[in-house]
Amino acid sequence: MSELVPLLQTKNLTMRFGGVVANDDVNFTLGEMELRCLIGPNGAGKSTFFKMLTGQLTPTSGSVTFRTHSIAGHASHEIARLGIGIKTQVPNVFNEISVREHIWLAARRAHATGPRIREAVDEVLERARLTGIADAIVGQLSHGQRQWVEIGTVLAADPELILLDEPAAGMTDDETGRTAEIIREINRTKALIVVEHDMEFIKMIAKKVTIFHQGRILMEDDCAAVLADERVRDIYLGKKVAA
Amino acid sequence: MVGQGCKGASLVPVSGLQSGLVLTSYLKGIEMDLAVIVALDVVNGAASLFLLCLGLAIIFGMMRIINLAHGEFVMLGAYATVVSANAGLNIWIAMLVVAPAFVALVGLVVERCLIRFLYGRLIDSMLATWGLSLFIVGFVTTIFGNTTKGVPTPLGGFSVGAYRTSYYTLFLLAMALVAAGIIYALMRHTRFGLIARATMQNPEMAAKLGVNPARIYMMTFTLGAALSGLAGGLLAPVSGITPVMGAAYIAKAFITVVGGGAAILSGTVAASSLFGFINQLGAYFTTPVYGEVILFTSAIILIRLLPQGISGRFFKGQL
Amino acid sequence: MTRNHKLIAQALAVLVAIVVVALAPGYLDLFTVMQLTLFASMAVLSLSLAFIWGFGGILSFGQSAFFGLGGYAYAVAVGNFGDSTPAIVLAILVPALFAGALGYFVFYGRISDVYLGVITLTVTLILFNVVNSTAGNEYTIGSVRLGGFNGIPAIQTFNMPFDPSDILYPEHAWWVTGGLLIVVYLGLRLLIGSTFGRIAIAVRENETRAALLGYDPRLVKLGVFVIGGAIAGLAGALYVNWGAFVGPTIFSLSLSAEIIIWITVGSLGTLVGPILGCVLIQYLVSQIGTQQTFNSNLVLGVILVGFVLLLPKGIVLSIQQAFEHLAYWWGQRKSTLPSSSLDVPAMEGEKG
Repeated sequence: MSELVPLLQTKNLTMRFGGVVANDDVNFTLGEMELRCLIGPNGAGKSTFFKMLTGQLTPTSGSVTFRTHSIAGHASHEIARLGIGIKTQVPNVFNEISVREHIWLAARRAHATGPRIREAVDEVLERARLTGIADAIVGQLSHGQRQWVEIGTVLAADPELILLDEPAAGMTDDETGRTAEIIREINRTKALIVVEHDMEFIKMIAKKVTIFHQGRILMEDDCAAVLADERVRDIYLGKKVAA
Repeated sequence: MVGQGCKGASLVPVSGLQSGLVLTSYLKGIEMDLAVIVALDVVNGAASLFLLCLGLAIIFGMMRIINLAHGEFVMLGAYATVVSANAGLNIWIAMLVVAPAFVALVGLVVERCLIRFLYGRLIDSMLATWGLSLFIVGFVTTIFGNTTKGVPTPLGGFSVGAYRTSYYTLFLLAMALVAAGIIYALMRHTRFGLIARATMQNPEMAAKLGVNPARIYMMTFTLGAALSGLAGGLLAPVSGITPVMGAAYIAKAFITVVGGGAAILSGTVAASSLFGFINQLGAYFTTPVYGEVILFTSAIILIRLLPQGISGRFFKGQL
Repeated sequence: MTRNHKLIAQALAVLVAIVVVALAPGYLDLFTVMQLTLFASMAVLSLSLAFIWGFGGILSFGQSAFFGLGGYAYAVAVGNFGDSTPAIVLAILVPALFAGALGYFVFYGRISDVYLGVITLTVTLILFNVVNSTAGNEYTIGSVRLGGFNGIPAIQTFNMPFDPSDILYPEHAWWVTGGLLIVVYLGLRLLIGSTFGRIAIAVRENETRAALLGYDPRLVKLGVFVIGGAIAGLAGALYVNWGAFVGPTIFSLSLSAEIIIWITVGSLGTLVGPILGCVLIQYLVSQIGTQQTFNSNLVLGVILVGFVLLLPKGIVLSIQQAFEHLAYWWGQRKSTLPSSSLDVPAMEGEKG
């Protein structure tokens, strides 16, 4: 673990909406090329945390540092240019644009020349298994396909850090397996933070897991240790009973 | 213009202490009178603006329907008043009963035939109501031509020192207060108000509770139309009545409601007071045309500074 | 139709348009040529909003503000310089700068789309009020009196570039106007196909996603808005050249409304549609003007409401869709996807 040179670090990160505290004093560190899973019940503050990392929300207080850049409160496009990519929870795509063009829009930021961009587009289409539907308009695809388009778009931008918010939601078992495979593959060269609810999925990919609860970090440990923890089971059981 | 004249006069050097004192106190009297008149103008401007906006505040503020035919609803209220008053009906009945009732009917028909197909389609509803506005202008022009005989301002006038003003100004203020009071009571203390507010926030949930959202939308739109008609009726005696008079109102009303923000009543009261004040003072120091320009410019700046409107900043969560 | 067929068809259409523009004065009487010149200048205006609304997703209710500024800038400049060449340049620059200032204020202020409509509408009213009250002699720019509600009469029309002694004949003015319409159309086609155009469409579709990919939506929208303002300004100069007159009603809300009607009728998201819609509606309004049975507002209102309720896609896209359905039923089932999704030339981002 390269804990000495953190890729991403938040200090005392706090987000309040009126009287509601969505994130409270979050101190989080991610190393280069690390793969981290975030879990926690709905409303634990995971999505708010992602939104602060990507400039969609300005933190009430605290700092976010990406390598040497302080990025809290910066505009989304500036942070994206520094090399943070995100797949949001709800498929966040361009409905009237083709799959290929999605990938192209992302790839042309990462690669300088035309031929290299085209190469990268074909590569990502293949990798995300989108080649067959490359010319389809994204608005007409199924939910699962749109998920893949967004994952492909994020990959094509070739960011240093990839945030995935519930990447396996709405996917078949087969697709979920493929997603886990891709995540491990990406992790050979890039760092990732993955939010998921599906424990089976987390077991497939996770090394280290961070638990969010009521806007705070409850614990941080190896996957097995976290899943065995009494408090974690309480949170999830409690949630299931309430639901 | 008058004000500048007075200020100029007070600077005139006067010979003799005695006459100087007399003149100064005389001029002070004039300035007092003038201040009262200007204050009445400001109140008048704010009250008229509020009346003009209330219907739109209901339709846009509550239902998020951008009704670009709002100005034409006001115009129809004015025409209903003028036509029935000129046909011999009592002017008060024409203003306070015929105008809102007629425009409520128009609103009902419009909602049933047009608006109800466009809920949730923001841009389409904007386009359709703009089409409706052109249609109403064309229709009224076809029937009445380009100008119409107005109605005289009722109630007569009174003097403040050397200036004369009309009791109608005070009446408009009273009507604005009454209208605000009625809407507050309706929204806050009646079954309809509660159901309407709940439906606008969450139609699915309201439907699960046994409310028919379509019916509530229809009633709310009709209420907004009736208030627009009332504004038209009340402004008829003090406006030039033409088929295109609505165009002058629509931008004013919209920018005021938007400037007011989400709290339809307190926001609209605050915004129309502020803009009415700016408009009248601007008109007083320059010309009425530049008064409007100053109003529009300051409204745009306000929206830029407070994108959530005045109430988004100061009266969060109120009515 | 494949994409290649489509491109060939479009190239042919442009070629036909060039031939029509070139030959029209030989076959039509002067009155008709003048009428067509008016339509063509309005069609340029239509394209300006078709671009910013259809491809930038920015619905401006005040496109006539830029049109009017272009017209006034031309009138004032040509009166002072005596040469139309720099006047036309200014007619493009002044509205573009104004659009830049207004756009910066709006887009960088995070003002939502709905409010954008209200603000553009209000700005148009401000311009109308201000220009309308410049009747006095003190309101002159250089040697040109603004004239308030009377407007500026007898404006010098276009001359050969840098040769003020050679004023264009109406036929020449038609060639210039019709030619510029084609140039603007082609320029916009190229722009929409370019990287900037694709990014603009991406921003229209999903601002958040575009920002998360590293594109600045504010800057992109500002660029689109400024280009739209510049084109509207050019249209203003063409319009003034046609009538040799400009007055404050050029800033009227009814003109702004009419532009929106042209585009809604023709098909939002295309470039051909708004030209077609513009010419159709203009022709209709001029026909209504010649007889007294119907009021033009009445007819325009019915048309707009009718299209929004019954044919919201507009003429061009509806016809295209009908053809695609026909082709589909003819049995051209090559793919598992509906043919309509594959026929759209997505890389151009334009639907028609």
